[in-house]
Amino acid sequence: MDWALPPNYSTQGIVIDQLFWIIFWLTFAAFVLVEGGILWFVLKYRNREGHTAHYTHGSNKLEVIWTVIPAIVFAVLGAYSAGVWANIKNPDNFPEDALEFLVVGKQFEWNITYPGMDRQLGTADDFIVRNQFHMPVNEPVIVNLEAEDVIHSFFIPELRVKQDAVPGMTIPIWFDATTTGDFEIACAELCGLGHYRMAASVTVHESADFDAWQASQATAQAQ
Amino acid sequence: MATIVAEATGQAILQEEHEQSFLRKYIFSTDHKVIAIQFLFTTLFFLAVGGFLAMMMRYQIAWPDQPIPGGGIFPESMVASGYILPEFYNSLVTMHGSIMVFLAIMPMLVGVYANYLIPLQLGTHDMAFPRLNMYSFWVMVPAGILTLASFFVVGGAAGAGWTLYAPLSARPDLTGVALGQQMWLVAIVLIGLSSIFGSLNYITTVINMRAPGMTWFRMPLTIWALFITAILGLLAMPVLSAAGIMLLFDQTIGTSFFLPEGGGQPLLWQHLFWFFGHPEVYILILPAMGFTSEILSVGSRKPVFGYKAMVWAIIGIAFLGFIVWGHHMFQSGMNPTLGLTFTVSTLFIAVPSAIKTFNWMGTMWRGNLHFHTPMLFAIGFVAMFAIGGLSGIFMASTPVDIYIHDTYFIVAHIHYVLFGGSLFALFAAIYFWFPKMFGRMMNEKLGKIHFWTTMIFFNLVFFPMHGVGMVGMMRRIYDSTGYAHLQGIGGTNELMTWSAFALYATGFLFAFNFFWSIFKGKKAEANPWNATTLEWQTPSPPKHGNWAEVPVVYHGPHEYSHPGVTDKDWLAQNERPDLPSPAGGH
Repeated sequence: MDWALPPNYSTQGIVIDQLFWIIFWLTFAAFVLVEGGILWFVLKYRNREGHTAHYTHGSNKLEVIWTVIPAIVFAVLGAYSAGVWANIKNPDNFPEDALEFLVVGKQFEWNITYPGMDRQLGTADDFIVRNQFHMPVNEPVIVNLEAEDVIHSFFIPELRVKQDAVPGMTIPIWFDATTTGDFEIACAELCGLGHYRMAASVTVHESADFDAWQASQATAQAQ
Repeated sequence: MATIVAEATGQAILQEEHEQSFLRKYIFSTDHKVIAIQFLFTTLFFLAVGGFLAMMMRYQIAWPDQPIPGGGIFPESMVASGYILPEFYNSLVTMHGSIMVFLAIMPMLVGVYANYLIPLQLGTHDMAFPRLNMYSFWVMVPAGILTLASFFVVGGAAGAGWTLYAPLSARPDLTGVALGQQMWLVAIVLIGLSSIFGSLNYITTVINMRAPGMTWFRMPLTIWALFITAILGLLAMPVLSAAGIMLLFDQTIGTSFFLPEGGGQPLLWQHLFWFFGHPEVYILILPAMGFTSEILSVGSRKPVFGYKAMVWAIIGIAFLGFIVWGHHMFQSGMNPTLGLTFTVSTLFIAVPSAIKTFNWMGTMWRGNLHFHTPMLFAIGFVAMFAIGGLSGIFMASTPVDIYIHDTYFIVAHIHYVLFGGSLFALFAAIYFWFPKMFGRMMNEKLGKIHFWTTMIFFNLVFFPMHGVGMVGMMRRIYDSTGYAHLQGIGGTNELMTWSAFALYATGFLFAFNFFWSIFKGKKAEANPWNATTLEWQTPSPPKHGNWAEVPVVYHGPHEYSHPGVTDKDWLAQNERPDLPSPAGGH
């Protein structure tokens, strides 16, 4: 039985996972408090000979306590989340000079446009590969997400990346990979009968290997 | 003034009673109690149907490589040579969600209990608009028929998810589903109409027809919850109906509200859907919270802890419920700056939910707890709703949502809230108000077995979903075995499926108890639970018109174990607390 987050191999994933575990322990404490409290009350205050209920309509002091404490916890959590979120998703905070790709989802495949050796999209040496996303290690990349037909969602579990691709929109996201290796892209938004098999591969190369791979693809496609 | 009118109408109804034909009395009835029971039978049927669809999904998830037993009885367009087809699986996903939300849980909470309880707990003869009330049931019937029939038309039932995200839902060429989707949309417009009729009626009745002495802050919490829910319904349902009609136009007459080729915007659908959808979440939970407050109070023999805080929490949830819809759309491509706003509003809506949970615990604290079946389910509600509420904090935090959005973690969350929450409270409500509705008690022993088996198997089905969600299993996938990162979850998926079958089986135990008790159950007295609210101060079941004489209310709704009352541990709302003998109150 495997009930854990998959290993994380991205910079963003570190903070996402941290936040996940912070919330896990916060909610775990609340869980123990509430479920333990219920269990305790159920045992202690069960009906039995000579036992009567204590007549009360409540306590304003307690109401204030259990309003203010959660409110403070949530405010802190919200503020911290907002900062992390802005760093990940707000285009103003994207790394400069990141390598850009175009990824277009369509039923039921991902088409990736590579910038080519000039590292620029929209130039003559761009090339398209279906269902294979190659990227260099330890270098931020920007993926411009588009969709041809319906909404898809670009999901790389091990890199903690997820973003919907919406027809009529170009949505940029950035991420990196901190290790070389092979990962998976899955579609996370129901997109039709082939939704479950709309998978693609991610290959993270050493920087030099990535350049070599791009060069080999460019020549292969030119022929 | 309003009360006088109500009394006059009531008398008119009473006089009419003997002239009613069978058709008027039981089929096209304007009696709120009969309409409530009509809703109850209909929604229980759809609960069984929705559950059956889930069983087929669970089979497919656990054993995608094996033909489904008995698959031969399905047409080739659904199950081909024993295997569920992916397009049929998508219909199962879509229709399970749609049926459970729109034809089972929502009309059971509101159609059944707002109808049944508002006039009885407020001490009036019937609804403000009895005929509108009848229509609200009868426009839902064709919606139900359309929904079921859509499985058997060319292309099958709708398959774009219950959230119907455009363009998938708007372009039949991409799904193969044309007519089925359109039938779903017509059904949803009818359901919207039903809900709007109902809401108008409930709001008017609560405002105008309370018994003498029934001030706002003497209303039972159930009524507060149903009243606020009706306001939510009235404001939210028209948005869904309008969006549904726009989507229908995109499909049939070539408009482009949601299609980018014609200048439309797919995200507009999501904004409209969730502007309805999030208040809808609270439509599905507020009444359940009301039932729970009341049943916990009866079972604990104590007043509701923090009654006014509970009322303000309901109002707070309702208000905040309208400004959190964007939290369903963090990863949708909506401007990421909006994420901040919706994170903050979403985390703040957790505050009134926390207040309610603590007050429920406060109600049990130092009580004298009687564990009858309704009480068990009410305690179960608090325990399960707490888990659903806490798991919601993960997705409210936008960065964490990046990972868990559209995974089984979300599926776990929604089921802890809708099943562990709403449905547990509904079971509590059914057992609790059954004697009033049918004049007989449900069997306690079977009820307790039903509770414990439901509790155990519910958790075995849905708790592990958090786990497979963490692993990264996407929602709504027909087969997870093709993914490297999902190789380790096969055993968990099988466990959840076996538990789901067992959970569904407990439903039959409940159904047996329900139908058997209608005919053979122990005869119920007027007030079998020694409860204080007005519906228990009239015979079980109440006659047409509810009261021979309109009750007068002297105090708040949940007066248990009052030290000034020595001969019993409760004081009905229509009993005067200052009189030595309760009998003198009338």
